[in-house]
Amino acid sequence: MSNRLSDRMLSLRDWVDARFPLMHLWEDHLTKYYAPKNLNFWYYFGSLAMLVLVIQVVTGIFLTMNYKPTAETAFASVEYIMRDVNWGWLIRYLHSTGASFFFIVVYLHMFRGLLYGSYRGPRELLWLIGMGLFVVLMAEAFMGYLLPWGQMSFWGAQVIISLFGAIPYIGEDLALWIRGDYVVADATLNRFFAFHVIAAPLVLIGLVVLHIVALHSVGSNNPDGVEIKKKKGPNGVPLDGIPFHPYYTVKDMVGVAGFLIVFAAVVFYAPEMGGFFLEKDNFTPADPLKTPEHIAPVWYFTPFYAILRAVPDKFIGVLAMGAAIVVLFLLPWLDRSPVKSIRQRGTLFKVILAIFVVSFISLAYLGTVPATPIATLFSRIFTGLYFAFFLLMPFYSRWDKTKPVPERVTFK
Amino acid sequence: MSSDEIDYGRRRMLVAATTAMGGVGAAYVATPFILSMHPSARAQAAGAPVEVDVSKLEPGQLLTVEWRGKPVWILRRDEEMLENMKSLDPVLRDPHSDELTQQPAYAKNAYRSINPEYMVMIGICTHLGCAPTFRPEVAPEDLGPEWKGGFFCPCHGSSYDLAGRVYAGVPAPSNLVVPPYHFTLSTRLVIGIDPEAA
Repeated sequence: MSNRLSDRMLSLRDWVDARFPLMHLWEDHLTKYYAPKNLNFWYYFGSLAMLVLVIQVVTGIFLTMNYKPTAETAFASVEYIMRDVNWGWLIRYLHSTGASFFFIVVYLHMFRGLLYGSYRGPRELLWLIGMGLFVVLMAEAFMGYLLPWGQMSFWGAQVIISLFGAIPYIGEDLALWIRGDYVVADATLNRFFAFHVIAAPLVLIGLVVLHIVALHSVGSNNPDGVEIKKKKGPNGVPLDGIPFHPYYTVKDMVGVAGFLIVFAAVVFYAPEMGGFFLEKDNFTPADPLKTPEHIAPVWYFTPFYAILRAVPDKFIGVLAMGAAIVVLFLLPWLDRSPVKSIRQRGTLFKVILAIFVVSFISLAYLGTVPATPIATLFSRIFTGLYFAFFLLMPFYSRWDKTKPVPERVTFK
Repeated sequence: MSSDEIDYGRRRMLVAATTAMGGVGAAYVATPFILSMHPSARAQAAGAPVEVDVSKLEPGQLLTVEWRGKPVWILRRDEEMLENMKSLDPVLRDPHSDELTQQPAYAKNAYRSINPEYMVMIGICTHLGCAPTFRPEVAPEDLGPEWKGGFFCPCHGSSYDLAGRVYAGVPAPSNLVVPPYHFTLSTRLVIGIDPEAA
């Protein structure tokens, strides 16, 4: 009986296979896609980023059913979702918490790249596509933050759109074109809604596909920075590779379970995260005539915001903030070390990387506090260190005393 | 050249010409979409002038009115305020309002106003568009002993004096904008329209 059923399933599979490359895709990307066998904790965050993307898309679709994107109704409709829509509070908190977790996961994913040199050849394009994803994600998050139409939504958008006004000659017209009005207004809210729910997610999903196609073509890097494709067995399979499915699908499920425990704890017990995930001023409706006493972006933008504030000139400040992101794109060509992974790097690189991490976190903190002279001074110091990490990399990565790269991956 | 040989030069030329034509077409099609994002006719019409009665404004008091969706401040300056402003020139970036786009010609004077008693300006910081806060007190604790009263932007710490003149060494690049305005009576003004014989 069961034999006949499985026979039928097999013949259905064959029927589909004759018309669509089902088994071909399955094997290429899962059962015969060989990933290094030594991938560790840091390799969870790629699949987790995809999980958060799915959470955001699904909760977003359901929020759209009750949200009203006009200046008159937006704030009230979010409150309506929170109070009157069945389970609306949960869907909204999943979405708002998901936004912050997206950045936590993506920052850790990028830091993994930094640790193990995942951006180095032949993965430069993989890194560039990933950076493209990061930029689109920032745009997506920024536009989404306007939608609740609270005070912080309004003034945050006013500040960020004004950044474009700093560009010489075309700036003011460009800012006007983005806003669609002389100040952030109904027209701005409406178009940001269109970009947030359609345009940016489409680009995001398209780039995720490209990111994975590129990854599965060059293969994952690993904590040892060894190219596993260089040592293949007689069957053409890398000696240090294991099939992604079932080995890494199972491993990633452990990551998913751990992630969901933390995620649910925040959603249920600290969805505002003390003003870091949902800022206090955003519980007041937007007032175009009054700026809140202290305005700061959500935590994931604060490092770049601190860099903007550190510079006393408007245009150069904007330029510095843009450059802080552009240097990340250039990473594959700034690093001249003969090795990829931190495991073979010397003390010099490790110390400099630690300084960079401290600078980045300090900038993130400084971006949340008011611009006092002492805060500005520290912002300037850490901005300098942030750029020094990248711009001096061609030198210190070469001077660094490295260890030889092992023949095979280390695995206990 | 025999007929079965491929003329690659000709092929490239044709491909390039077709691509260029297609590109021109795409640019034409993109135009209405790009222009649709400009302020609509309704948004432009909303920029109508605003009439304000300032007779009830006390000396030292600030009134905020909305014009084109922007906050416009009308500040009635008393004698002490006007006196205090005089000593500030050395610490300001543009004390004589030399940057011409920031005010109409009739407001390019020591007090940046038609009548020194009434200061009219757009309350949007020239740095990144926040609304600065009115800090008329002299030498408050947080702004230091040199503070003669003015406006402080909480976003990025830019400061202006009571004529909207920007201090040197702050992120904001220029003075606050003075909108076109004129008085119809000594205490009645219209924001959005220049005086007839300026």
